[in-house]
Amino acid sequence: MSGRRNDPIRISFTLNGEPTTVEVSPWERLLDLLRYRLGLTGTKEGCAEGECGACTVYLDGLPVDSCLVPAYQVRGRLVETIESLDPEGMAHYHARGTTQCGACTPGVVMTAEWIRRHPNRLETHTVRELMAGNLCRCTGYDGIIEGIEGALEDREAG
Amino acid sequence: MLRREGLSKLTGRERYVDDLPLEDFLWGATVRSPAARGRISDIIFGDGVDWSEFVIVDHTDIPGRNAVYLMEYDQPALAPGYVRHVHEPVLLLAHPSREVARRALREVQVIVDVEPPALDFRALPGPDLIQYGEDNVLKRLSIQKGDVERALAESPIVVEGVYETGAQEHVYLETQGMLAYLDDDVLVIKGSMQCPYYVVKALKPALNRSEEEIRVIQTPTGGGFGGKEEFPSMVALHAGLLALKSRVPVKLIYDRTEDLVATTKRHPSQIRHRTGVDENGRLIAQDIEVVMDGGAYLTLTPVVLSRAIIHAAGLYHCDNVRILGRAMFTNSVPFGAFRGFGNPQAHFAVERHMDVIADRLRMDSVELRRINMIRDGQTTATGQVIRDGVDRLQIMDRALALSDYERRRREHWVRNSEHRYLRRGIGMAAFYHGAGFTGSGEVVLDSRLHVEGHPDGKVQVLCASTEMGQGQITIFIQLAADRLGYDPAEISIAEPDTHRVPDSGPTVGSRTAMVVGRLVERACDDLCRQAGLEIAVKANGGALVKEAIIAWHSAHPGERLLGKARYEPPPGIEWDEENYLGDAYGAFGWAAHVAEVEVDLRTYDVRVLDFVSVQDVGTVLNETLARGQVQGGVAQGISWALLEECVWKDGAMENGQLTNYIIPTSGDLPPIRVEFVEFPYEHGAQGAKGIGELPLVGAAPAVLNAVAAATGRQPTEIPLTPERLMVLLGSHAPGEAR
Repeated sequence: MSGRRNDPIRISFTLNGEPTTVEVSPWERLLDLLRYRLGLTGTKEGCAEGECGACTVYLDGLPVDSCLVPAYQVRGRLVETIESLDPEGMAHYHARGTTQCGACTPGVVMTAEWIRRHPNRLETHTVRELMAGNLCRCTGYDGIIEGIEGALEDREAG
Repeated sequence: MLRREGLSKLTGRERYVDDLPLEDFLWGATVRSPAARGRISDIIFGDGVDWSEFVIVDHTDIPGRNAVYLMEYDQPALAPGYVRHVHEPVLLLAHPSREVARRALREVQVIVDVEPPALDFRALPGPDLIQYGEDNVLKRLSIQKGDVERALAESPIVVEGVYETGAQEHVYLETQGMLAYLDDDVLVIKGSMQCPYYVVKALKPALNRSEEEIRVIQTPTGGGFGGKEEFPSMVALHAGLLALKSRVPVKLIYDRTEDLVATTKRHPSQIRHRTGVDENGRLIAQDIEVVMDGGAYLTLTPVVLSRAIIHAAGLYHCDNVRILGRAMFTNSVPFGAFRGFGNPQAHFAVERHMDVIADRLRMDSVELRRINMIRDGQTTATGQVIRDGVDRLQIMDRALALSDYERRRREHWVRNSEHRYLRRGIGMAAFYHGAGFTGSGEVVLDSRLHVEGHPDGKVQVLCASTEMGQGQITIFIQLAADRLGYDPAEISIAEPDTHRVPDSGPTVGSRTAMVVGRLVERACDDLCRQAGLEIAVKANGGALVKEAIIAWHSAHPGERLLGKARYEPPPGIEWDEENYLGDAYGAFGWAAHVAEVEVDLRTYDVRVLDFVSVQDVGTVLNETLARGQVQGGVAQGISWALLEECVWKDGAMENGQLTNYIIPTSGDLPPIRVEFVEFPYEHGAQGAKGIGELPLVGAAPAVLNAVAAATGRQPTEIPLTPERLMVLLGSHAPGEAR
């Protein structure tokens, strides 16, 4: 048993719409697979323990901290990263000061866009509550909340 | 103008140091001291890894002086057989696999013959604890104005108070990180930093290399807050040593825990006030003692202490002031630069103390501030005559009006008497912050900046100022575009690369927009002159400037067209460094905060319900960026006051994780309401004064003054965690408080 515990595992999954097959170590985090082996450096490491949300990706459509996901667990599933989002959708965030240093930003945008796509969550929670899984040290959060509110208004208007 | 690099950050395309594509490199790792003080008697390498695969560097591999130089040569790059704080670097390792490098850290045992550490900066050290000079005092500074002893003796009322603040971690979301490699004979350093030329300054003596042999390039930097002022020089030196020994590129990226426990933090402080007042609340004498924990090495502590004592008396006029400051050596991780640089500690004490004085006099604290607030023509503690035309009372009154201060106070009285366990309160702080380097500091920096006109008429700003989220890139482009009459799209900023850009001084001290921004304007003027234009022509729009640049290049093929500017001090600034007398700063930013809080007597939790900030930062150059600076600064100040606590055990920070070192989430903060009152400063870019640090300065006292109003008790120590508040409120059962 112990001799096999480091053997690589071959997995296939869908990454940003593309079928992807890789060999991963049983210890490898999804975050490291994305950043260091697949070149998707938009996803950031902030704390490596699921506190800061800088590494947020969608797993089967739900936002998760990729630092807490063993890579082999994404076998057969859908993974989406910040690189999959449409840059055209960033105008409200850009205009309202959602980003400053940018290190938390990809994670913030992933959660923000998820809220925008699931407005029913706003029936039970405020934007401020829904954003509490993403730490930001620059903005005091007002620029983030206002960016999301701007994007939501746009959606309603459209 | 929108943030220039905003879309690149929002889409994840921005490449920070750990995002740079790199092949055939080694991962660096740092072996650190397990003890606070003692001689290293042995280093044991375990057999869990194959050491022949590693590059190992110790202090004997340092070609030059074993020091991370900034102010002094006191801090070793790698401990030479003796350690002075836990987590002091001892050895460097490098390996192609990050996982193996991390495993190797657990295989090295540094054995220290432990000696008794000095851990309490407030206590006088016994003889066995003396490690710096005769008394462990790293730096002593003082300010004298009038005759404090006589004035105190003659004061009808003397109010005393002791105020304490804890260490604070920067928690920039991107941890410290550097990449080092050799390009022929040039050592190239790329990484996360505020001050590329500080890195050069540190590497030269340690590596015995000239500026030509060291090239430092700042990569996009994910937050700094002062934590990337001096500390990156250490990381760069370590990465450089590994790269020089291994001859392959080395990447040294701290994980969050290493970053939390091993890097600099805000100086803990203890500040005593003894204040003489008359029955009407007029200040007669201010006797202030400022003590700071410097940690095991000097870093920038003398300058932090300097800024603390200069601001310690607050923005009030008083004829008799004595401020004694000292920074103590302790066997703790060195404390260093952090947004506010000593002033938040100073203002926590003085603005808390003003409320304590008002409470003693049974007087409204707003009124106490109003009576004593410095007017034009009056002098600060250093004797600097304030004559900037700023209406400081207007700033305070605007904050009170926006927060509906009076009405809420009355509502709270009613509500607090009715509610079983919730208590609300509203509190304020008025404060100020000197922008730029202190005294003659800017003259010593001698900052330079270039603006280059390219053959196609486009313009590039060359400077060592750095973007770390605060908006420097956007502001400089905006200033150049306005000055030249250009479309901002035709202006760019050069990558901060010490082989390409001049030394514009460090990106610290709220100096960038005001001081270096002014150099952007003057270099643009010089560019016009070099291109053969009278400066006045720019009023006709950028088309003429662009034509002139293109024409100049046709006449001078292959040559560079550079507009240059060098710092020139504003007239009439006089500073006596010896006696701490005179004009400490060319300009001050002035501000007032109002905080409303709710205290839960069941949980001792404090929630900030509302926060209003009114700021005079001179001309506001970019509303969105400026607002972001204020809100972010306030957020850091609120959480310094309530949440952020470094838990120490035997000189080591115990809570080195974001799980237990708490910074606020969006759910922990209220909306922060910001308004600017603009009093332009004629020597700043477009009238701008410093902005980065000011908003943080007054947040903690505003919050604690609100807690005092809510509970009727006078908290004197931050962070005011639920545990501390429980002790303060004593044995009150819910419903009984006050």
